[in-house]
Amino acid sequence: MDIGGINPVILVASLMVAAVPIMLAALGELVVEKSGVLNLGVEGMMIVGAICGFMAAVGTGSPVLGFLAGAVGGAALSLIFAFLTQVVLANQVATGLALTMFGLGLSSLMGQGYNGIKPPLTGKVPFGPLSDIPVVGPILFNHDWMVYASIALVAAVWWVLRSTRLGLIVRAVGESHDAAHALGYKVNRIRLACIAFGGAMAGLGGAYVSLVRVPQWVDGITAGAGWIALAIVVFASWRPWRVLIGAYLFGGITVLQLNLQAAGSAIPVEYLSMSPYLVTIIVLVIMSSGKGRASLNAPAALGQNFHAAR
Amino acid sequence: MLRLEKRPNPSKFWLYATPVVAVVMTMIVGGMLFAFMGKNPVEVIRTIFWDPMFGEFAFYLRGQLLVKAGPLILIAIGLSLGFRAGIWNIGAEGQYIMGAICGAAVGLAVYPTESRLIYPAMVIAGALGGWAWGMIPAILKTRFNTNEILVSLMLVYVAQTILAKASTGFLKNPEGMGFPGSRNFSSYPAAANPELVAGTGIHWGVVAAFAVAIVGWVLLSRHIIGFQIKLSGQAPRAARFHGVNPSRLVVLCMGISGALAGLAGLFEVTGPAGQITIDFNVGYGFTAIIVAFLGRLNPIGIVFAGILMALTYVGGEMAATNLGLPAAAIQVFQGMLLFFLLGVDVLTNFRIRTAILGVK
Amino acid sequence: MTRETLLDIRGISKSYPGVKANEDVSFSIGVGEVHALLGENGAGKSTLVKMIYGLVKPDEGTMQLRGGAYAPAEPSEARNLGVAMVFQHFSLFEALNVAENVALGMENPPPMRELAARIRAVSEEYGLPLDPSRMVGDLSAGERQRVEIIRCLLQDPKLLIMDEPTSVLTPQEVEILFRTLRQLSAEGTAILYISHKLEEIRALCDGATILRRGKVVGTCVPRETTAREMAELMVGATLTPPERRATAKGEIVLGVTDLSAASPIPFGTSLKNIGFTVARGEVLGIAGVAGNGQDELLLALSGELRTGADRIRINGHAAGDLGPSERRKAGLVAAPEDRYGHAAAPDMSLVENALLTGAIRRKLTRNGFIDWAATRSFADEIIETYDVRTPGNHVAARALSGGNLQKFLIGRELDQSPQVIVINQPTWGVDAAAAAAIRQAILNRAAEGAGVVVISQDLDELLEIADMFAVLNEGRLTKPRTVEGLTIDEIGLMMGGAHGMEVAHHAEA
Repeated sequence: MDIGGINPVILVASLMVAAVPIMLAALGELVVEKSGVLNLGVEGMMIVGAICGFMAAVGTGSPVLGFLAGAVGGAALSLIFAFLTQVVLANQVATGLALTMFGLGLSSLMGQGYNGIKPPLTGKVPFGPLSDIPVVGPILFNHDWMVYASIALVAAVWWVLRSTRLGLIVRAVGESHDAAHALGYKVNRIRLACIAFGGAMAGLGGAYVSLVRVPQWVDGITAGAGWIALAIVVFASWRPWRVLIGAYLFGGITVLQLNLQAAGSAIPVEYLSMSPYLVTIIVLVIMSSGKGRASLNAPAALGQNFHAAR
Repeated sequence: MLRLEKRPNPSKFWLYATPVVAVVMTMIVGGMLFAFMGKNPVEVIRTIFWDPMFGEFAFYLRGQLLVKAGPLILIAIGLSLGFRAGIWNIGAEGQYIMGAICGAAVGLAVYPTESRLIYPAMVIAGALGGWAWGMIPAILKTRFNTNEILVSLMLVYVAQTILAKASTGFLKNPEGMGFPGSRNFSSYPAAANPELVAGTGIHWGVVAAFAVAIVGWVLLSRHIIGFQIKLSGQAPRAARFHGVNPSRLVVLCMGISGALAGLAGLFEVTGPAGQITIDFNVGYGFTAIIVAFLGRLNPIGIVFAGILMALTYVGGEMAATNLGLPAAAIQVFQGMLLFFLLGVDVLTNFRIRTAILGVK
Repeated sequence: MTRETLLDIRGISKSYPGVKANEDVSFSIGVGEVHALLGENGAGKSTLVKMIYGLVKPDEGTMQLRGGAYAPAEPSEARNLGVAMVFQHFSLFEALNVAENVALGMENPPPMRELAARIRAVSEEYGLPLDPSRMVGDLSAGERQRVEIIRCLLQDPKLLIMDEPTSVLTPQEVEILFRTLRQLSAEGTAILYISHKLEEIRALCDGATILRRGKVVGTCVPRETTAREMAELMVGATLTPPERRATAKGEIVLGVTDLSAASPIPFGTSLKNIGFTVARGEVLGIAGVAGNGQDELLLALSGELRTGADRIRINGHAAGDLGPSERRKAGLVAAPEDRYGHAAAPDMSLVENALLTGAIRRKLTRNGFIDWAATRSFADEIIETYDVRTPGNHVAARALSGGNLQKFLIGRELDQSPQVIVINQPTWGVDAAAAAAIRQAILNRAAEGAGVVVISQDLDELLEIADMFAVLNEGRLTKPRTVEGLTIDEIGLMMGGAHGMEVAHHAEA
C-alpha cells in the first residue's frame, strides 16, 4: 500500500535509522547543557567521529571498533573545548564555533584517500521470525544494533539524570555553579566529564553516518546534522525522551523529502532539500515562543563559565 | 600546580599581545602538523606567510591578498558589533549568498542596459538582501525569543539551496548553453566591479571594507551606540539600566552585519567571482568569525586580521600547488589559530600563578 | 559553666594577593556553645569559616576538633566530621525541589522517599515546617533558610556554622530561629554564629570573638557587654549618627498609584497594587525581607520595567511607560542593589561607568557622540566629592572594594541634581564608615529638596534616615506611616509576621 509512491512501513523503518545520528548527538549535548555548558562544536565532533570511525572500521574490518573509535575521536576533540572553556575560561560560544570549524578541516584532512571506499557492513540484530511479522517486523525487528543501542542510551540518560545521585549533581552544577561549589562539588571537573561524554556521543553519531547511513566517506558528510542536534535539545526542552521524539521527527522529514525527491514529486527538489532546515526553524520558534516555555526548563547557568574566586 | 587569579584590571599589554602570541603558537603547532604530514614545516610556513608578500610571485599575489581580505574584513566588522553585544550571528555565509543573489538579480534584470545607476542600485540591493536575511533571526529572536545562533545557521543551508536554484534556474545564463551559472559580469560593464588600480587587487569591495573599518572604529570608540553595544555584551542588566532596548540592539546588530555580509557577497559576485555559480561562495562568512575574534572585535584589529587570514588563503593555495599541501590543512590551521587565540586570551583577564601542591 | 572544647583554632592566617584575610586568628568553641564571630564586612569572617568548612585552606596555623587534628581538604570531609554550614547566599538550587537540595548537601543521602519523610520529621521537631516536594525557587527567603538548616540537621552536626542568618528574616522569624538554635545548643550542638548585629548576639550567644581587618581584636561574653562596647571594638572608632535637618515638606515629586507588574525575574515576586507618594525633601523608607518584590519595585521605578503611563508620575507628569533614559530626563535617578553587573559594568572603567547613567542629565553626549573629556571630569568629580579611594578614574569598577564602588555609584546618581532618588540597599556589604557617609549624602540631597525612596532590609538604617516608613511584603506595600513612634513589634506585624512558622513552636510548647 503505497501513498504517492511511498511505502509508509519502509518510511517508518528508515526514519528510525535516519534519526540515530542526531539522536545520539543531541542526547550527548543534552547532558552537556544540563551541566551548564553550551558546546556549539557538535557538528565538528560528529564529523571527526565520522572519519575516525570510518578509518578504524575500514582498517580493522570491524564496525564495532569503528563505532568505538568514533566515540573516542569525538571525545578527544571535545577535550580541546573542555580545556579552553573549563581551564582557561574561554567564551563557550566562540570556542564551540572554533571546534566546528577545526573539526570540519581536520576530518577532511584525515579523510584524504578514503573517498570511494566501502566500510564493513554493520550487521542487523537477528530477531529470527519476529522480523517477518508484517508491518511490525520491518519497523521494530529489522535494524542494526545501533538503532536499539541509541534508544537504550536515551533510557539510560533519562534514568541517570532523574534518579541517580550523579544525575542530581550534574543538574545541580548546571543550575547554579556557585551553590554547587559552596557545597564542595568540583564544578569544572564535573562539567569536563559531561563535555567528554557529549563528545563521545557526537562521535558515535558521526560514526553512524559514515558507517551505516551513507555509508562511505565524503567531505562534510554530516551536512549540518550537528546543528540540528543542537536544535533538538531546545525542542526537547532538555528532556531525554523528547530528544527521541525530536530525532524521529527530523529523521522522518529527512527521509520523507528524500523519498519525495525519488518519487518525482511535483515540489521542486530545492524546496524539499531545504525543508529539514526550515522545519527546524519553525519548531524552534514554536518551542521558544509562548512565554518562553522551553527556556523555562533551560539550565539556569547555561553558557556561563565558572571561576572560584576565593 | 597552575592556578588562575583574576586581575583587578584587564591587562592592556595582553590585549594587544595575545593575537601575536596566538599566531606564533599556531605557526609552531601548525608546523608540527605539516612535519607530521611529511612536509618541510619551514618551507610550508614560508610559502604561506612570506612568499605571498615578498616571494617571487608577490607582485601578483599581493593583489590577491586584498581581494580575499576585502570581504573578510567587511563581514567581520559587521559580526564584531553583534559579538560584542552578545548577539551571535553565525549565518553571515547565508547573508553573503543572499546579498549576492539579490544584487546580481537587479543587474541581470536590466541586462544589457548601460547606465551609471545600475551598479549603485545593485549595491543597495545586495545590502538589502543580506539585511533581510539577517532580519529573519533578529525578528524571531525579538518576537519569539528564538535562538539566533541556530536560526542564522539553518538559514545558511536554506540560502545554499536558493543559490543552487538561482544558478540552475532563475538566474541561469540563457546563453550559457545549458551550463549552470549566471551571465558573467565581467562582460557587462555597467554591473561589473573591476580592479580599480591595476595589480593591487583593490575593487569597490576593498574600498568599502576600509571605509567601514573607519566608521566602525568611530562608532565603537566615540558614539553612544558603540558604548551601548559594548555595555550590552559585558553587563546586559547594566545595559537595560542605562536604557538600552535589547530588542532594538538585536535588530541593529543583525541588520548591520547582514547588510555588510550582503555587500561583501555582491562585490564578490560582480568582481572576483564574476558570476553566480552554485559554489561561488567559499566560506568567507565562516572564516570571518575567526577574523573578528583575531582582530579582537576591534575594527582596526580586524583589518590586520583580515589581511593575515587572506595570507593563509593565498599562501595556502601556493602551498597546495607547489608543495602538495591539502586545502583542508589550511582549514585546520585557521581553526587552530582561533583555538590558540581563545586560549591565550585568558591572560588578558587573569594572571597565572604557580601554587605549591596542596595549598590552594 | 565550663564546657569541653569542641573546636580549637590556633594561629590561623590566610592571605590573598594584596589582602591579609586572616592573620594569626585563635579562638575556641565549646560543646553546645553558641559562639559569635563578630566583625564588619571585610573583617575576614567569611574566609575564616570557609577554612573551618574546608572550602579554603589556611596558609598557616592549626585547627583541632575534639582534641584531634582537623584540616578538612574539602567540605565533604568537614561534613563527615560533624561540621555543617548554613550559607548566607549561593547554596540552594532554585529549579530543584527541597528534598533534592537537601540530598545535595549530604554525604550519603537515603533514597528520596525516605529522605522526604525524614525532612518532614526533623522540620516538625525543630519547628521549621517544610514540604520536601516544593520547588525551592517558589519558597520565601525564610523558607529557603529552613531548607539549609534542615539539610545540616539531618546530618546530626556537632558544629553548625551560620553565616548572617537573620538578614533574610522578619523579627518574628528571628525569634523562631533563636528558639530552634537554643534547642540545638541544649542538645549539645555547638553553633558558630556570624553576624554584625549586636543585639541579636547579646540575646543569643554565650561567647564572642571580634575580628577587625583579619585579626582578633577582642573576646567577650555578649550578655555582659554593651552593644556600644562591642561596636567600638568591631569598628575601631566611635561612630557619629548622621545629622538631620528638619525640612518642610514640599509638593509631591513622585506619585505611584495602583502599580501592578509581573516579575521579569525567574522565580521573582510580582508587584501588586502598590501606591505611595514622596514629597520634596521627604525620605520614604521601604522595608521588607529579601525577595518580597524589592528588585521588581526598583525596576518599575527606574524604568527598566514599564507599566501603564499614569501608574507612576514624576513631578506630576505620567512616566509609567517611559524607559530609564526618559525618566532620567524627567528628573528621576535610581541605584539598583547589585553593584556588579546591574548598577555598574564590572569590567568597564569608572569613566565609562560614569557615562552609564550620567550621559543624559550631565549632557555627556552631543548628537550621540560622547564627550569623553566631560565624562572624565564627571567621574573625577564623583571620586573627589564622595571620597572614593581609587588609583584613578581609569580602573575597572570590579577593582574597587564594595564600599568604595558603592560610594562612587551613589555619588554618580546624587551628583545629577535629581528631583527623585530611588535607592535599593544603599549600604549593603559596605563598611560602617562608608555606610555613614552614604547615608549622610542621601540626607543632604533630601535637605536640598529631592524626594527620596530608600529600599532596604536594614531596619536600623531605615529608622535612622526615613521620615515615612512602609513595608514590602509579597509584592504588596503597606500604607506608609511616619517613623516617629514606630515600635519593632509594629514593624514586625507590618512585615507579615512569621509566615505561619510560629504554629509549630506553639504546638510543641
